[in-house]
Amino acid sequence: MTAWFQTWGATYDWSWFIATVIGILVIALPLMLAVAMIIYAERKIWAAIALRRGPNVVGPWGVLQSFADGLKVFLKETIIPTSANKGLFLIAPIITFTVALIVWAVVPFAPGVVLTDINVGLLYILAASSLGVYGVIIAGWASNSKYPFYSALRAAAQMVSYEVSIGFVLISVVLYANTFNLSEIVLAQHGNIGFGLLNGFGFNPLLFPMAVVFLISSMAETFRTPFDLVEAESELVAGHQTEYSSMSFALFWLGEYANVLLMCALNAILFWGGWLPPIDWAPLYWFFFTPALTGMFWLFAKMLFFFFVFGWVKATVPRYRYDQLMRLGWKIFLPLSLTFVVIVSGWLMLTRFGAAA
Amino acid sequence: MNPLSWLKAFTLWEIVRAHALTLKYFFKPKATINYPYEKNPQSPRFRGEHALRRYPNGEERCIACKLCEAICPALAITIEAEEREDGSRRTTRYDIDMVKCIYCGLCQEACPVDAIVEGPNLEFATETREELLYDKAKLLANGDRWEQAIAANLAADAPYR
Repeated sequence: MTAWFQTWGATYDWSWFIATVIGILVIALPLMLAVAMIIYAERKIWAAIALRRGPNVVGPWGVLQSFADGLKVFLKETIIPTSANKGLFLIAPIITFTVALIVWAVVPFAPGVVLTDINVGLLYILAASSLGVYGVIIAGWASNSKYPFYSALRAAAQMVSYEVSIGFVLISVVLYANTFNLSEIVLAQHGNIGFGLLNGFGFNPLLFPMAVVFLISSMAETFRTPFDLVEAESELVAGHQTEYSSMSFALFWLGEYANVLLMCALNAILFWGGWLPPIDWAPLYWFFFTPALTGMFWLFAKMLFFFFVFGWVKATVPRYRYDQLMRLGWKIFLPLSLTFVVIVSGWLMLTRFGAAA
Repeated sequence: MNPLSWLKAFTLWEIVRAHALTLKYFFKPKATINYPYEKNPQSPRFRGEHALRRYPNGEERCIACKLCEAICPALAITIEAEEREDGSRRTTRYDIDMVKCIYCGLCQEACPVDAIVEGPNLEFATETREELLYDKAKLLANGDRWEQAIAANLAADAPYR
């Protein structure tokens, strides 16, 4: 698009700037819309599993429920506790929200459809998503209240514990794909297993356990139900969001769900072939108008599937105790992922480079 | 740990089974009704919002015998009565504090002329507490509004009284 603006007489710098801003808007605005719809979808999923109906009054089948909630929240007053640290208190939701958005810059939606196709995309994602915990910690600290503070401490410890095993899981993926670039990771999954018929590392028996570990860790990473001790309402009221109201609360909410969507996308991209169809069969690459749109179709279908799994788990599994959470992270996931890094690298040494070394 | 439970733990067997169960529930018909649009069937003995009834000629039934006031366990009913110009005894004041009322139905049991009844209406939530302090006009208006349903309910329940 940069080149197209240049043909209109703009300098390269300006063309790049305008094209990037447009690209950001094209990603961020539909993302916000998707978050609104996904909150509605999730409430419907929980409702269905609990044999309830869920939101069904606002708009047809209740699809506009999230917008009604958003409007309500928008019209309310932002209450700042007198003893809170005002600056930090207000900046915390902004951090959460911004960090949840910037990660999307490197997510490849289809072949070539990515805002910035940087070489170290995976590292960027790890770095940026780790920043997300600052929003929670600052919110917990700045609220100057006991429960948010406990929540912040829990969030910090939980994030660190699970990022360790996520790191090792990603290492095994990177070893297998031989690159940090997300688009190339997706391409590396093309015809990966099943006599070249299946696309996705997840189908590989060597990496399937890693896919499961990553799925569970991503739930812990986004503070989703079996691991949502950060906002365990029976213990901590609403966790770090306790003192928040109005738009500052809504920003937390949006950021949280944008993160959930991101984790769904990462699950799809790293293990289940991203924009590639699950089965390597030519018509599946372009049946939806163009190859790019078909790629997006597959990625979104996979993201929706994982989102359904997230909601399904939330409706099924009760919350872990904090020591159980730590035990799972440090005493099960860490050794397991570490073992698989050894196994995967050993296997790659044998197959790719001969049995040397 | 024996090998079988190891295998179960590492294949997440219990978790997978739990999710299979919830997925089964996902496709089951809903247990809840679509409330404001659908309603559950109601017994003719349902004890909802109070109403003061009238005779078909428009005369109010209540003769201020105060049996309901006497029996009310929550002391929610207040009645004052005087002789009317035509010599009949009627209430000048009939208040029910709906906040105190426990909907036990003793007032309608006590009433000799079926004047005070608890109708089928259960949707009378208000925004202020004062609106729930019902006076005679409100109760009579309720009676006029719900007379058909109340009469049908009383007729349905009559054989068992």
